[in-house]
Amino acid sequence: MQEITRDQLLRKAKELLQNGTVDRVMGWKKGEFDYDLTPAVFKTEGDLSEFVYSDFCGANFSKYLVSETRADGKVLVFLKPCDTYSFNQLLTEHRFDREKVYAVGIPCDGMLDASKIRAAAGDFTTVTAHGDKLIVKTLFDGEVEADRNAFLPDRCVNCKSKKHVCYDELLGTDGEVLDSHRFDEVEKLESMTADERFAFWQGELSRCIRCNACRDVCPACTCEKCVFDNPKSGVENKAAADSFEEKMFHIIRAFHVAGRCTDCGECSRVCPQHIPLHPLNRKFIKDINTFYGAYQAGEEVGTRAPLTNYSKTDIEPKDAAERGKTHA
Amino acid sequence: MPLNENGEYRPLIVAFCCNWCSYAGADLAGNNRLSYPADVKIIRVPCSCRVNPTFVLRAFQRGADGVILCGCHPGDCHYTSGNYYTRRRMALLFSMLDYLGIEKERTRVEWVSAAEGAKFASTMNDFCKTVAALGESKRLEDLRCKK
Repeated sequence: MQEITRDQLLRKAKELLQNGTVDRVMGWKKGEFDYDLTPAVFKTEGDLSEFVYSDFCGANFSKYLVSETRADGKVLVFLKPCDTYSFNQLLTEHRFDREKVYAVGIPCDGMLDASKIRAAAGDFTTVTAHGDKLIVKTLFDGEVEADRNAFLPDRCVNCKSKKHVCYDELLGTDGEVLDSHRFDEVEKLESMTADERFAFWQGELSRCIRCNACRDVCPACTCEKCVFDNPKSGVENKAAADSFEEKMFHIIRAFHVAGRCTDCGECSRVCPQHIPLHPLNRKFIKDINTFYGAYQAGEEVGTRAPLTNYSKTDIEPKDAAERGKTHA
Repeated sequence: MPLNENGEYRPLIVAFCCNWCSYAGADLAGNNRLSYPADVKIIRVPCSCRVNPTFVLRAFQRGADGVILCGCHPGDCHYTSGNYYTRRRMALLFSMLDYLGIEKERTRVEWVSAAEGAKFASTMNDFCKTVAALGESKRLEDLRCKK
């Protein structure tokens, strides 16, 4: 259950619209079902009747600001702790105008993963929280009671921080940076043999349908023109073959955000094939921490990303694969 | 599968050589009549940091069995710092390839100066032998690139 309720957010949004601080409000709107909420922009108080807030508000709004701030006027945005890291990272890269944004930090108790609920309870209509318990109403009027923690997405299970690194105003209470064992999964993979690793990734990545959702949602992927949109590349679509052709896409996708990825986990959240994509990004984060010292993208505005920097005593590539496996 | 006269596998090696040091090093190896396998296909780049990770993967996609990057020694870059960036990028890329289960012996970065013709030849001989022992590279090959 979230600490902040819809009414509190709505009251804040109305207040800021009324006193002229902001001209627009970015929030969530109901989609086809209660659990597929869509990011939306509300221009008037009347529009705000459609504003919703629930445990399914997982979307990271930072990337939307890149296009949203091109219009005139100031926009109100609600940021969860992990979103604030992306917010800072985009500011570092000068991707939007800070003056055009009014950021309100909201605490986050972990969002829910609809696909995990569906896997456990079947098709469902609504979910209501009662403390740590969830009551899931299934499609044919059944009810399932379950533990809330069982339905947290992987990124929230390994939440890196409940602390907001940037905001104009904070609702509720701020948390702490957490030691979340987020590299455990990477280490587990590293301890396998090369053949096992290849089999694992082939199994996962060959499910990819190349919808590009992971790229489109990623707050670090903000290029106007993407290398993968080139129709002459020969690899812009999924091949009609049962092989492992998607590795290049996923390696390059992760590499392009190496050092800039804040580990918000949006890529895994949006994947329609439920491919665990963040272990690729986390491998880069772990390697960067091991080779070049601990670095958290988006922790501060203006830091130099590890790949745009160097030291004269850097590790040689031939030693990298071995040393990458030792603990950071 | 191409074999040499001893019946051993002849791998296809793509070597990215920087214009200022390694390409001149290859030239020197030739001038000194030092031999290295003809399976090495050299691509001249202005600086080793011109090599985008996509180039490396693209070479593998299209059937290369090994990719080697050669540049000036750290500190000697014609553009002052290009090879320092290469070093960081390739360290991360090669570690990632290893993580995905692709043999790390198939990728290499070597620093070869314009005066090191002998080092160029011996590096290529050694790399070809290593890759030949691994055989054909199938793990990064892409059917869509087969024309």
